[in-house]
Amino acid sequence: MISKSKNGKKSALGQLLIPLTALAILLLFNLIRDPNFFAIKVAVNNDGNSVLSGNLITIIDNASALAIIAMGMTLVTAACGGQDISVGAVGAIAGSFFVKVLKSGEEITAGSVILGVLVCILAAVAFMMFNGTLVAVFRIQPMIATLILFSCGRSIAYWITGSATPQLNSPIIRAMGMTIPGIPIPTPIFAVILVGIILSLVFRFTNLRLYTQSVGINQGAARLNGINPTVIKLLSFVLLGVCVAVASMIGVCRMAQLSHKTLLVDVEMDAILAVAIGGNNLGGGKFRIAGSIMGAYIIQMLTTTLYAMNVATVNVKAYKAIVIIVIVVAGSPVIKSKIAALSNKMKSGRQLSTAKGVR
Amino acid sequence: MKRREPLNNTQLLTTIAVCIFAVMYIAAIVTGVQGFEKFQMFFDLLNDNAYLIIISCALSIVMIGGGINISVGGVISLTVMACSIFLNNSAPQNELGIIVTLLLALGIGLAFGVGQGFLISYLEIQPFIVTLAGMFLSRGLTTMLSVEPVKVSAQTHAAFYAFRSNKIEIPFLGYIAQNGNTIPAKLEIGAVVALLVVVLSFLMLRYIKLGRNIYALGGNQQSALMLGINVKRTRFMSYVISGLLSGIAGFVFLMHKPTGNASVAMRSEMDAIAASIIGGTLLTGGVGNVIGTFFGTMILATIQKIIGMSKLNDSWWQDMASGALLGVFILLQSVILSARDKAKAKKAGAVSIAKG
Repeated sequence: MISKSKNGKKSALGQLLIPLTALAILLLFNLIRDPNFFAIKVAVNNDGNSVLSGNLITIIDNASALAIIAMGMTLVTAACGGQDISVGAVGAIAGSFFVKVLKSGEEITAGSVILGVLVCILAAVAFMMFNGTLVAVFRIQPMIATLILFSCGRSIAYWITGSATPQLNSPIIRAMGMTIPGIPIPTPIFAVILVGIILSLVFRFTNLRLYTQSVGINQGAARLNGINPTVIKLLSFVLLGVCVAVASMIGVCRMAQLSHKTLLVDVEMDAILAVAIGGNNLGGGKFRIAGSIMGAYIIQMLTTTLYAMNVATVNVKAYKAIVIIVIVVAGSPVIKSKIAALSNKMKSGRQLSTAKGVR
Repeated sequence: MKRREPLNNTQLLTTIAVCIFAVMYIAAIVTGVQGFEKFQMFFDLLNDNAYLIIISCALSIVMIGGGINISVGGVISLTVMACSIFLNNSAPQNELGIIVTLLLALGIGLAFGVGQGFLISYLEIQPFIVTLAGMFLSRGLTTMLSVEPVKVSAQTHAAFYAFRSNKIEIPFLGYIAQNGNTIPAKLEIGAVVALLVVVLSFLMLRYIKLGRNIYALGGNQQSALMLGINVKRTRFMSYVISGLLSGIAGFVFLMHKPTGNASVAMRSEMDAIAASIIGGTLLTGGVGNVIGTFFGTMILATIQKIIGMSKLNDSWWQDMASGALLGVFILLQSVILSARDKAKAKKAGAVSIAKG
């Protein structure tokens, strides 16, 4: 804490040091293990389009939903000092609204897709507003408030769709979830870039970043300075709702079907992890969205690496846990200050010895 | 200290939980939900949810100290799996095997408690992340031990099977069957252990120095530090206790249902958190009471039983009902506490005006 305030600007870069190092080590590890790991080839998919394929593309593609949710989660974490654990469940609800609209007509047309997207975003925002109201107006801890939708959200999704797994067969859906004909890069990657650009534009041209941070650091002080904490908190939940809607559409379109049990399952834990690995304080306050996105890609790269090493799907969690512990221990304040003290000692020792040499 | 205050927030919330449990249970009897007319139903609730009661206590202790532990369900699954594999590979008649199994369960729980406690209190890493990693680790280790379910049966370990079949029979609470025989009410050992855990943790939190320190730590860490409380050790101990309790819960689960499986106690950590909240524990720390937690668990268990016994036998109805109930409780708590705070502030304002 003390070192943070001392360093000032330096800490902004320092925050990204751990995730960057982790990413670099993972890349290096894969490169040594298998030099062809990052080979990117042009392949032809089932529709006859040429698409880029390779582990790197798979990692970036598969991490899309997580990265988008992690962006929204960072905002909620920063403003409210807590995490939303209902993102997976709300994603399932939003996805079932999306599918419901698409399935209502005879055929899936561009018009029905646009309507579906709008309804999906509206639904996700509405449910997130429910969470946000509990948190901002009733002052309930985010994790507790979102526990409600966490426990019953998937049941609501089931209630909306009725049947177990509706199928979506349409070139538009395939284009949204996999690749647009003629463009070799998977579409979800563009979704991440789009959401990222929109958010950075919002931060560039509004005071949202400053307001969110000040509410997260000291709500009372923010209020005295004319910021309305309730509005800021609600806004963070609304933005998370939009992110969740986009992520859930990616999930639905990729599988071309909806399963209320498996859509975005366990994404809440991974998203919180991504926020923490990105060096953001889970207690709120200052945040860096770039860190969270990096955290999402680290998690996905870790998973893909483990799969590539022939670790069984069910056992991946155990290895993941160990790597996570290593990353958070390296980023822990105690270890950081110890390292800082050590480097200071070495510096002063060197100065002392050079001083002696001059004498 | 002799002056008796009306009811503090914890007691109020606990009282609400107890009342709602009583109302719900009586309503179930009156409306004639199948099985609730027998006293055995109450014992069944205890028998089936003994492990949940124990981990809810574990979570209450950690939450009172201002932390969180979401690894408890994973630790239970690991314990059950490790113990069933151990029992299946040891001599079937050997009664010593049961004691070794118990020690194994306690050891696993303790190891997780100590590891997580160290990372959280001495390395100051956020508890949510550490225990999330603990959850991943324990679930992953469970599937590493075996992906297939491992069943302990009368053939594979007779001594354990005989031991787990021991039940405490209370004849006068039983009922008379159709053929005229009195069937006594049966309580499993696990349920007794769970009740014991509730009583012991209540006493620990109320009368032992460590328990008081946990309240102080959760209430305000800075003040606790200034009072000379060893904050780090107190926090460490709260996680060690919760780890140990999850080990015990694992053993109790094994006695109730002797099958190791990757999906054992799935999402039970969230049930435990919900039970603690319904019982009046605040996630912010410093406020809470394990008696309330016990009734919180029983409320959740009763809802599930009622829905299970009714015609609404869909799992999604269960989820919806428990979610809605949780929402009602959370809102109720928030409204009551804020109303109290406002009343208090008014009172304080009036006093200061009178003084001025």
